[in-house]
Amino acid sequence: MAERVAVVGIGQTKYTATRGDVSLPGLLREAAFRALEDAHMTFDDIDCVVVGKAPDFFEGVMVPEYSLVSALGAVGKPIFRVHTAGSVSGSTAIVASQLVEGGIHGTVLTIGWEMQSCSEAMWALSVTMPFQQQLVAGAGGYFAPYIRQYIARSGAPDDTGILVALKDRQNALLNPYAHLHEHDITYESVRDSIMLWDPIRYSETCPSSDGAFAMVMTNEAGGDAAAAEGRQPAWIHATAMRSEPALAAGRDQVSPQAGKDCAASVFKQAGITNPRKEIDVAEVYVPFSWYEPMWLENLGFAEEGTGWQLTHDGVTARDGDLPFNPSGGVLSSNPIGASGMIRFGEAALQVRGMAGDRQIDGARKALGHAYGGAAQFYSMWVVGSDKP
Amino acid sequence: MRDVAIIATAQSKHVRAASTLNEVELIQPVIHEAIEQSGIGRHDFDFTCSGSSDYLAGQPFSFVMTLDAVAAWPPIAESHVEMDGAWALYEAWVKIQTGQADTALVYSYGKSSPGDLPRVLSRMMDPYYEAPLWPTSIDFAALQARVAIADGVTSEAQMAEIANRSRNAAASNPFAQLTSSPEVADLLSSEYLAEPLRKHDCAPITDGGVAVILAAGDKAREHCTRPAWIRGIDHRADGHHINFRNLCVAPSIGIAAEKAGVGMGPVEVAELHACFTHQEPIIKAALGLDESTVVNPSGGPLAANPMMAAGLIRLVEVANRIHSGEVSRGVAHATGGHALQHNLVAVLEGEG
Repeated sequence: MAERVAVVGIGQTKYTATRGDVSLPGLLREAAFRALEDAHMTFDDIDCVVVGKAPDFFEGVMVPEYSLVSALGAVGKPIFRVHTAGSVSGSTAIVASQLVEGGIHGTVLTIGWEMQSCSEAMWALSVTMPFQQQLVAGAGGYFAPYIRQYIARSGAPDDTGILVALKDRQNALLNPYAHLHEHDITYESVRDSIMLWDPIRYSETCPSSDGAFAMVMTNEAGGDAAAAEGRQPAWIHATAMRSEPALAAGRDQVSPQAGKDCAASVFKQAGITNPRKEIDVAEVYVPFSWYEPMWLENLGFAEEGTGWQLTHDGVTARDGDLPFNPSGGVLSSNPIGASGMIRFGEAALQVRGMAGDRQIDGARKALGHAYGGAAQFYSMWVVGSDKP
Repeated sequence: MRDVAIIATAQSKHVRAASTLNEVELIQPVIHEAIEQSGIGRHDFDFTCSGSSDYLAGQPFSFVMTLDAVAAWPPIAESHVEMDGAWALYEAWVKIQTGQADTALVYSYGKSSPGDLPRVLSRMMDPYYEAPLWPTSIDFAALQARVAIADGVTSEAQMAEIANRSRNAAASNPFAQLTSSPEVADLLSSEYLAEPLRKHDCAPITDGGVAVILAAGDKAREHCTRPAWIRGIDHRADGHHINFRNLCVAPSIGIAAEKAGVGMGPVEVAELHACFTHQEPIIKAALGLDESTVVNPSGGPLAANPMMAAGLIRLVEVANRIHSGEVSRGVAHATGGHALQHNLVAVLEGEG
């Protein structure tokens, strides 16, 4: 019988373009200590540390967790490093949860991070390899053709992406940790921003951020103990990961099968038959604005070709019936190797009722979502205020 | 805990440089062979997990392309670790413990040949205090060897004996890269590479890969006549900075050994991830092994050391000996980082 898992501590740093005032260990410790404080714990209470980040080239440190062992209080403990492309820190959170679920550890600390100020991520992703197609223009250049295909298929109005960017950046104004706080943002300012990769404008693109996100997970007894002290845990109802190849005949990169399968699995495990109705809030990995309508469809919240209507109808706004990214999302903060865990953790904050000004009233069941690679790696979880 | 076993294994022929193969071409036949051996359909694995290193491949997200080697279509439940494949096996074992999987495919690979491996590995050090000095992995190991000799843990003569024994043992290992050794006296008269380490004290630079099939309970018995059951598995880390550590001992191995239950029975065979001769006595002592245990009958990493795979190969070499009925209980050790910083210990047993 698998153990129930509770998220009892969450900590994150303020996301910013350059965190010049702390070292890499310092950045991680900031998030870790905040999570431990939230969980009313110290490093002594932690059985295992599970870390995830984007490629080592981004900071120029090969397997950096080895030099972080002491800083993370992991001497004499297991430390585990997950690496699954952009979905990585969602996957990392899932691996951490499974160590508890499988009964191997009682309390696990998990951390995702990136210090993108150490490099230029777009070019770090664009190295020339023999016999491989060169990415040339980073992630935006890669995804733009699929977005254009989505528009062609769905007939979505041209300004759908503008509406998503405007909503997420305005949501970010309520999130003190968000990287971008654009108080003057308007529909016009997004529309008039420079076109980077048609149809993706500058203001419809995620920033490059430094930052870290940490969570403490415990077994059922730990979750019960936190609840007894009035500290609401987020109970993990289901987790799922799916992958598919970058290149496969018949592969649909607009709405990839792995994403559909992953969503179907996580909802089924969580006993959810009508996600649109039963999910109160979703933190979904939207690095480029148009991925909101695309994921609305891929995740099964909308029929194929109609996701954009939910965006236009305000369904995904804070006051809509399916708020997407009340934290401001990846469009407002993007320390790549933490961005997945931020989605998972913000979902958990919502069902704990601890999301501050960005709290969605009555959020009791939430989805966290991350994707990566050529839209081919997926990790998702459903968390709730009540035990599964 | 659910009973989980290694039921099939495969390795590449390990070589100094697989110049004509990319990583996908290197690992695909190995994965295929392990799957064939298990008799499980290639689309029937509940979970897939791999281990590799972007820094070896010289490419971010290098494992993405390698996913092509496992036919991940229709989509699969899959994960990857930036660690030796032994930890990919650990993640798969955890997945099976949650009840979300009964079978798993695990693989790992490394092509070290395109770069200057000892220099590449210097990037694994603390980026503020150590990496700027560009100490190579051999320089770092030599510091550990010096301390080990000074403290009487080993000697240059014993180290040469270990090198000689390992490479001669590899004569019976069809996958090994180095399969013979000069006499100990000749080894000891050779030049130092980084005093007190000579060339024979260091694992070779190797390209290669490995694949393993895991299955739980009856599924394992159904697909394997004598499964190698994972009776205990644990991993632990020591601190990174060498000035905070006594390099002669590896406390993390001792903790992992205790958690894995190494001392709960006789250890007939042990495959140890000692990439340098002086590390073998350090690992043996931490595991609590005595002279009754046969160490590295495959030749160990001194005979073939494909990065990111050499640790998982230790589990494979013990499992193979259980599959064949040669032994009933053995211990495998895998390591990561410099100077035995991160260590995994597994106890494998056959039934009956």
